[in-house]
Amino acid sequence: MDIFLQQIINGLVQGSIYALVALGYTMVYGIMGLINFAHGEVVMIGTLVTITVSGMLIKVGMPVALAGLAGLIAAVAVCMALGWGLERIAYRPLRNAPRLAPLITAIGMSIVLQNLAMMIWGRNYLVFPPLLPKIDFEFAGANFTSVQVIIVLVSALTMGGLLLLVYRTKLGMAMRATSQNMPVASLMGVNINRVIAAAFVIGSALGALAGVMVGTYYENAHYQMGFMLGLKAFTAAVLGGIGNLAGAMLGGVLLGIIEALGAGYIGDLTGGFLGSHYQDIFAFVVLIIVLMFKPSGLFGEKTGDRA
Amino acid sequence: MQAKLSVVALSVAAVFALGACGEKEEAKPVAVPAVPAAKPEVVVKLGHVAPMTGPQAHLGKDNENGAKLAIDELNAQGMEIGGAKIKFELLAEDDAADPKQGAIVAQKLVDAKVNGVIGHLNSGTTIPASKLYFDGGIPQVSGSATNPKYTQQGFNTAFRVMANDVQQGKALGEFAAKQGVKTVAVVDDRTAYGQGLADEFRKAAEASGLKVVANEYTNDKATDFKAILTKIKGKKADLVFYGGMDAQGGPMAKQMKELGIKAKFLGGDGVCTPEFMKLGGDAAEGHFCSLPGMPLEKLAKGPEFREKFTKKFGAEIQLYAPYVYDAVMVVADSMKRADSVEPAKYLPALGQTKLDGVTALIEFDQFGDLKGGAISVYQYKGGKLEYVETLGGGAVATAQAEVKEAVAEVKDAAKAVAGAAAEAGKDALKAGAEAGKDAVKAGATAVKNAAEATKAAVEKK
Repeated sequence: MDIFLQQIINGLVQGSIYALVALGYTMVYGIMGLINFAHGEVVMIGTLVTITVSGMLIKVGMPVALAGLAGLIAAVAVCMALGWGLERIAYRPLRNAPRLAPLITAIGMSIVLQNLAMMIWGRNYLVFPPLLPKIDFEFAGANFTSVQVIIVLVSALTMGGLLLLVYRTKLGMAMRATSQNMPVASLMGVNINRVIAAAFVIGSALGALAGVMVGTYYENAHYQMGFMLGLKAFTAAVLGGIGNLAGAMLGGVLLGIIEALGAGYIGDLTGGFLGSHYQDIFAFVVLIIVLMFKPSGLFGEKTGDRA
Repeated sequence: MQAKLSVVALSVAAVFALGACGEKEEAKPVAVPAVPAAKPEVVVKLGHVAPMTGPQAHLGKDNENGAKLAIDELNAQGMEIGGAKIKFELLAEDDAADPKQGAIVAQKLVDAKVNGVIGHLNSGTTIPASKLYFDGGIPQVSGSATNPKYTQQGFNTAFRVMANDVQQGKALGEFAAKQGVKTVAVVDDRTAYGQGLADEFRKAAEASGLKVVANEYTNDKATDFKAILTKIKGKKADLVFYGGMDAQGGPMAKQMKELGIKAKFLGGDGVCTPEFMKLGGDAAEGHFCSLPGMPLEKLAKGPEFREKFTKKFGAEIQLYAPYVYDAVMVVADSMKRADSVEPAKYLPALGQTKLDGVTALIEFDQFGDLKGGAISVYQYKGGKLEYVETLGGGAVATAQAEVKEAVAEVKDAAKAVAGAAAEAGKDALKAGAEAGKDAVKAGATAVKNAAEATKAAVEKK
């Protein structure tokens, strides 16, 4: 039983990370109906920037907590600029193009960013400096660390903040209006370009935060780390109902737990016929099942021509 | 006006240039007869394949550096084969540790008609590529592909200068049994290398009376191992064996610690790297890994190689660089013995290799495998790999090391004897000097006395 609890904890933490990344996908999709496949790479760049900045500051002798904060701020700043730049260069010129065009650009940007990161940071695995205090806990036979608790908390708080932003501010109202109907919103005096840019910038800031969390959790980073993470987060967003913020959060956590339990028990349940090497497959099996039976996802609203 | 001027200037320049060309062409036939005294130079192309992108890029770079070092040395020596001066050239290719990519670059090298291939790094890419080299009749020597299948396909072009996974897995299984553990969990990354090694380990561990309580799998790009490690924790394994590479092994050791797993971690050559310790941090401490061959420090040419390597590249040896260096040297040596750089002609000589390399005395069996490959076990201690013991059929290498140790002992003894002799001599000299001094003093006193006596006698007179 303690093993079951441990698997749930593993899944919850992993899922919180997926959720944080999924928020970026779902925000952009919700507003302009575009799947920003370069979002995983934004997360990766957030992690690598933090490593560079915090690592340098720690070397100079700055206290770890302060260096970590500076690293986070730098990552958020770089990723916000990156998000804005992506929208400006890759997506805005194609806003009225057929739907396939921006999707292909997104994949192209993902490859460009990966190679750019490889050129800047090299091909090796980088060690993420231990920015958060790591205290071990034990509860009913399950082990977890302070870092894991912080990841779940940060993820939950971020989502709360985002909900506030979307439902309680003017910008949020403009975003919701844009997502309802872009031409009409623009006729009502909403500056569409600004709203879309804001969605990218905020999504990328969340990506940076997710990147720092991923880095602190695994304590290593690599220029290709964003790809699989991005795909899983995208799956989480679809599972929760893409375009829906709460759905992305729940989808992420669910996916994390499905993966952990799947990898932990599939071997025993199938008598060794299927094994834990199918860990990564669960995400995509879930994706296919959702698309087949409930394409709008758990929290998805009506499926217009956009989904 | 300006435009006109520049046109004029251009045409003037063109005329001059043409004139210059004409002169050169005229001069050429005169210059040719002066040249033939120099020997013709033949360029020998050696292909090298390793992942230069992806999670194992650091190992790929290390391999390439090993090959580069060997080729630079060979070119500096200025080998002569078949009456021609030989210049080696490295055609380095990237297979990204991906079997598909591996086959593509292998075909590229075959089409480029290379004289030989060094590599690939991974078993997963080496095995499919070896068929293409065999069809092209191109000899291939790998410094790091350890899956037994590579040499068992019946290709006379496939060689390796490292013990294979049957030897390694067997030695590790026996080593695990000696550690006093009862239950083991086996994890592998489902690559030709990781899976092959894990299978051999499992067999040997069971044969030694250990119980395999869990078989878990991951992949060579994974970062999260908590789910499978939790399962292993539930099965209460005393030891976790990992068949895979450092990029996964390091984080795996870390996550074991976070989950409160007290079991020891044991891995093969893929995790016996500085990178494992970098990624594993404190969690690497006390864990075990193995490397085919003997530690560089215990080999006659090892320390010298390490020095050359770090001086040239400003980097530590990651893993296989000395083996890849030896692989190049084996090819060059075979070409020299066959007195030909043609693959078909030097291939038979390759099988007859008997070369005292950096890593071992290299001799191949009928499959192209290294004869009597040794396996050494290491333990991570204080951020370093500490040598524990050498296992397996490493008779040759062990003998070599023993001879070296004996020579060192003899040298030490000689030194001690010489030292003692010098000490004794010094003492004798000192004593002699003392004695001399005393004698001189005594003489002086006697002379003084005599003088005084003489003086007294003179005064008396």
